Amino acid sequence: MPTTIISSPHLHGPANVSNVMLRVVYALLPAIAGCIWLFGWGVLINLLVAIATALASEAAVLALRRRPILITLRDGSALVTAMLLAIALPPLAPWWLVAVGTAFAIVFAKQLYGGLGFNPFNPAMAGYVLLLVSFPQEMTSWAAPAGLRSADLGLVQVLLHSLTGTLPAGMSMDALTSATPLDTLKVQLGMSHTVSEIRGGPIFGLFGGKGWEIINGLILLGGLWLLWRRVITWHVPVAVLGSLGLIATLFHLINPELYASPLFHLASGGVMLGAFFIATDPVSGATSRRGQLVFGVGMGILIYVIRSWGGFPDGVAFAVLLMNMAAPAIDYYTQPRVYGHNRG
Amino acid sequence: MDLALSSRDHTEAAERMMQNHTDTARVHRHLWRFHGGLHLPDHKSLSSGQQIQPAALPKHLVLPLQQHIGAPAKPLVEVGEHVLKGQMIAQADGFVSAPLHAPTSGTVSAIEERAVPHPSGLTALCIVIESDGEERWVEHSPTTNWAALDASELRNLIREAGIVGLGGAGFPSFIKLNPGARTEIDTLILNAAECEPYITCDDRLMRERADEVIAGARIMRHALHARHVVIGIEDNKPEAHAALREALARLDRSDIELIQVPTLYPTGGEKQLIKILTGKEVPSQGLPIDINIVCHNVATAAAVHRAVELGEPLISRIVTVTGGGVVAPHNLEVLIGTPIDDLLAQCGGTRPTLARLVLGGPLMGITLPHRALPITKTGNCILALTPGEFGQHGPVRNCIRCGECARVCPASLLPQQLYWHARAKDFDHAQDYNLFDCIECGCCAYVCPANLPLVQYYRYAKTEIWAQARDKKKSELARERHDFRTERQEREKAERAARLAKKKAALEESPAADSEEAKKAAIKAAMERAKAKREAADVAPKNTDNLTADQQRQIEEAEARRAAAAEKEEEVRK
Repeated sequence: MPTTIISSPHLHGPANVSNVMLRVVYALLPAIAGCIWLFGWGVLINLLVAIATALASEAAVLALRRRPILITLRDGSALVTAMLLAIALPPLAPWWLVAVGTAFAIVFAKQLYGGLGFNPFNPAMAGYVLLLVSFPQEMTSWAAPAGLRSADLGLVQVLLHSLTGTLPAGMSMDALTSATPLDTLKVQLGMSHTVSEIRGGPIFGLFGGKGWEIINGLILLGGLWLLWRRVITWHVPVAVLGSLGLIATLFHLINPELYASPLFHLASGGVMLGAFFIATDPVSGATSRRGQLVFGVGMGILIYVIRSWGGFPDGVAFAVLLMNMAAPAIDYYTQPRVYGHNRG
Repeated sequence: MDLALSSRDHTEAAERMMQNHTDTARVHRHLWRFHGGLHLPDHKSLSSGQQIQPAALPKHLVLPLQQHIGAPAKPLVEVGEHVLKGQMIAQADGFVSAPLHAPTSGTVSAIEERAVPHPSGLTALCIVIESDGEERWVEHSPTTNWAALDASELRNLIREAGIVGLGGAGFPSFIKLNPGARTEIDTLILNAAECEPYITCDDRLMRERADEVIAGARIMRHALHARHVVIGIEDNKPEAHAALREALARLDRSDIELIQVPTLYPTGGEKQLIKILTGKEVPSQGLPIDINIVCHNVATAAAVHRAVELGEPLISRIVTVTGGGVVAPHNLEVLIGTPIDDLLAQCGGTRPTLARLVLGGPLMGITLPHRALPITKTGNCILALTPGEFGQHGPVRNCIRCGECARVCPASLLPQQLYWHARAKDFDHAQDYNLFDCIECGCCAYVCPANLPLVQYYRYAKTEIWAQARDKKKSELARERHDFRTERQEREKAERAARLAKKKAALEESPAADSEEAKKAAIKAAMERAKAKREAADVAPKNTDNLTADQQRQIEEAEARRAAAAEKEEEVRK
């Protein structure tokens, strides 16, 4: 019998970090399958490039920092970061774009701060924003969803394109890509079209963009599963979606021709991913329940402001990073009342 | 177990009045919730079916002088002395302390440092008794008429019986039965929650000796003049609840409320149970008495009954011996001081898979470094754990700020912040986040997905802060002393200067002092006077033995000067 003194408790519950991260991975699978179906093999290639880059760069930094490599890689956080970033990137992005973004996310946004638990910003979103401001052209050229593109690429063709940038003879990027619904809305509103005119275009579906609404639905499904498995709580997603929906309703009621409907906002872009998978990142988010509500509401408002009046079609990544900055202050001012201390 | 309830007649009338009051005051008790808490696998069925059995009489009993919160007891016996069962062998030293009694008759074989059950595996002064196997009792007398005693007499009986809180903390019970003249006690709560997994000693006590618990509750109520008495029991002990209900009905004690509370760790924490039953919160850094509540464990109540109505001091307790590492779990009535090894042997010994021995429950118990340690008054459970019973234990990772700990914390603390600051040795911030409201229940560490030993960090921070406070006190004292010394030195310097100035003035005024001759004559005369005086007294000053002739001369000269100066001063005064 060992005689080392081990301090209580002598009992531990079933939770561990790897399980938490793995569940996030599982919850992403339906959306990933949906993305591959909708946008083609590029999504898969992005995923593979991102995962390989994430694991390799994390291992490299850990080796430099003389930290245990395998144990840390097994926590699954690098995998999650890679997956979140990969499905946020254009499906026909060149490999180096994915690699640069992922490496930046892991090395600069995470490991240089001290690794998992010490990063003030969500690594995937930091990587995304870096790419967005550095390579705007590559980042805004989205693959057209299935049914809206005039040509299809096979797995090998996409791989070749990713690695070398060459397309099969007779195919152009124009045939494969289209503007995203949010982009279209922004540009056309700028050209004095009304919302109803724009929404009449071929890329729009029932609530949001054609196909996009399905992806957002699948992400919502995964998010609900995370809620059910108690990996996340309702506070952040409800606050994000609720505030975004509310503010969008408000403006939509004021002027429906200038402001898109709340359902369009909720079903477009990265809102669902942001609400269920990014803003719920415990490391960079607020901790207390009230704090999480504040965090989510702030994010919802920022998303709407950036989308409606900002320079970018979508604002989820910026909203997340801005709220990440505010998280310590939010936590400080939303501390619960401790037992035995005066109310108020 | 037959019960001395002869005092019943005397108290009947008084209690009836209280009963009527209670009945009208409270028909149904609203239950409250505390924040957080855990539903744990309780493992109580391992031992809950085991009747209380007396443990075999051990050959040696080791009795640490400190088995309670407060000052260690002072031995009253010497090595070689024969003692009788129940004889006081060490007395309370100061107010917050408790006496110690011989658990059996025998001979005191040693009073020495022995290993004691302590989180750090320390040794402490113990009285060792070699039992003679006769179990001869010291003369002791029951107090049947306790209701006629006033509260302070009752408290004294309880104090002399060495009763301390048997739930785990070990605070001397008589102090908690002393509300002070101006404090009215609204509610006496008997803690029957027994919320830690595995432990069943209170469960068995209530099932088998419900009458004793109720009798003790009545005595405690009398000492406190408490308006209400509530027994709070978790709903995972239906048999104990039924036994108490039956006993209350049989003894016609409807003035004692028996309340089932939902099973949720740590309901048995004093602060949590108070919150559940009354909705009130014990103020931070305060005591239940600050909100007119007193809380005692049910086993303490039974011990009070025995002390008062049977005259038996606290020399034994019920101990649950359980866990997957022990062959046959038991509930044993154990003499204080019995080696834990003896108890394990009586439970069929341990299994080869035994990985850790714990004193107390799995959430708050302490690891025992070996099994040659004695059972003390607060030792409610010996837990022999096997590797499969620790739950999941992956590698320790960084905190991911998931906030699970804050969600389960029964004190509504932010454990992740406490951890962060404790780890950074930023103790001021740790205190800003109310470190000292942490009850060390272990909920946070249980749920932590990063497997962080959170409670260990909090204990470390608390200990460091206490040490810093001690150091600060010490250095303040040192500074005070230094300041005082400097001040004294300066004062003396000033006084010396004043004297010198005065002398100088006197010298200038007196012309006689000017002549060298007169000075020398005066010195000589003074030397002679001093010598004569010394010879007359025939006592040399203490520090001037064995002096060389030269030193002796110097001293004489100095004294002569001093005497001359004194004379001159006298002259001046004249």
